[in-house]
Amino acid sequence: MLDSIFDKTGLLFSSAATSPVAVNMAASVQAASGSPDTPWWVWPLLLFVVTFVMGIVAVLAGVGGGVLFVPIVGSFFPFHLNFVSGAGLVVALAGALAAGPGLLKANLANLRLALPVALIASAFSIVGAFLGLALPTHITQTALGITITLIALLFVFSKNSEYPAVGARDHLSRALGIEGSYYEASAGKTVDWTVWRTPQGLFMFIFIGTVAGMFGLGAGWANVPVLNLLMGTPLKIAVGSSKFLLSITDTSAAWVYMNQGAVLPIIAVPSVLGIMFGSLVGVRLLAGAKPKAVRYLVIVMLLFAGIRSLLKGLGIWG
Amino acid sequence: MAELKINNTAEKTRVPAVSPEQIKYANLLLYGSWLGILILAVTFILYVTGIMPSYIEPSQMQNYWGMRASDYLEVTKAPHGWGWLGMLGYGDFITLLGIAFLGILTIIGYLILLPAYLAKKDKIYTAIVIVEILILALAASGVLKAGGH
Repeated sequence: MLDSIFDKTGLLFSSAATSPVAVNMAASVQAASGSPDTPWWVWPLLLFVVTFVMGIVAVLAGVGGGVLFVPIVGSFFPFHLNFVSGAGLVVALAGALAAGPGLLKANLANLRLALPVALIASAFSIVGAFLGLALPTHITQTALGITITLIALLFVFSKNSEYPAVGARDHLSRALGIEGSYYEASAGKTVDWTVWRTPQGLFMFIFIGTVAGMFGLGAGWANVPVLNLLMGTPLKIAVGSSKFLLSITDTSAAWVYMNQGAVLPIIAVPSVLGIMFGSLVGVRLLAGAKPKAVRYLVIVMLLFAGIRSLLKGLGIWG
Repeated sequence: MAELKINNTAEKTRVPAVSPEQIKYANLLLYGSWLGILILAVTFILYVTGIMPSYIEPSQMQNYWGMRASDYLEVTKAPHGWGWLGMLGYGDFITLLGIAFLGILTIIGYLILLPAYLAKKDKIYTAIVIVEILILALAASGVLKAGGH
């Protein structure tokens, strides 16, 4: 099976018998072969179906698709975590870019808030991307398992506030002029907002950016609590600005993955299309859905995927 | 600690104005994101249906997708960085056009924001926008390299 590729490229394994590196690589090829008897097209098709469902569930549960994609696909598909993370970033990037116009036009994504935050997050997502690509797989897999399990617990215990209490503005938020207003249609009123604890909030985005780049996770799960609970932005601004700044954070990390050969179209494209179509269906189903029940389902899925990833990283389960 | 105030005066029930640069950025994303996704879908069909030749056939990818990315590059001699631009005759590389297009959108968006902040003489945000463009350009350039295990 491999011979046809080698003939075609004319570049590979010409000295397989003598080169230890090549012998190791050949062994890697055999080891990496998922299920040789499975027709190749099953995997992208299965990926499309799974991400389609993921897109529906993500909308109904109010979470980003990226946070579901990496742990679930990384744990249950035969792809290396590098490629799953690369695809995860493209998935999160496409979703964030598509959501951006509506959020920006409604003033729910605020540039004065998002730009400084994105600067830090995108710089550190590059650091995270290189960490994710350079660390031994079992360490990345174990760290992913721990992170996903913690995210599931965060979803259980974090109680976002629609209009959090905000104390005196700090010097940094004044200097940056981080403030805004938006029209709250449900109340028929304009809401003015400011932020506080800006230095602490920006500091947190060092970690958020790093984690986003390292695992290819969309970082809405962390952006929203920091913007909302720590910095005091109204929930709608936190959610809108978070989604928008993902388009910036994930861009820098996605470029690193792409330049390092870690974005495989056969994994990334069906995933992007599946999640996007699923999101469109999810939006239509939203009116009749029970968000709490779906959210509990997501938490259970994340816990399962997180524990699976942890055990996989520790070499206990597959 | 003060509660965030919700304005309920009659004159405050208007929809707040959105800056022109924000609208421009939004329009860029509106058309750009869906165009990028369309490019992804079309080029992917060209790749998996075999209409375009592949550097690595889709049917052979099972042999490689379980490897680390660095091993994959070494074994297949696939290009890294922007080397794929020279291989657009292959279906698996032309598909990267859509992903690269999505990756460039944010940089274009920031280039739209830059003149607006310059015109407002908003030094801090002008600096933030310039530094962000440099960071994104650095990430996109492929100059940075990773080690592998």
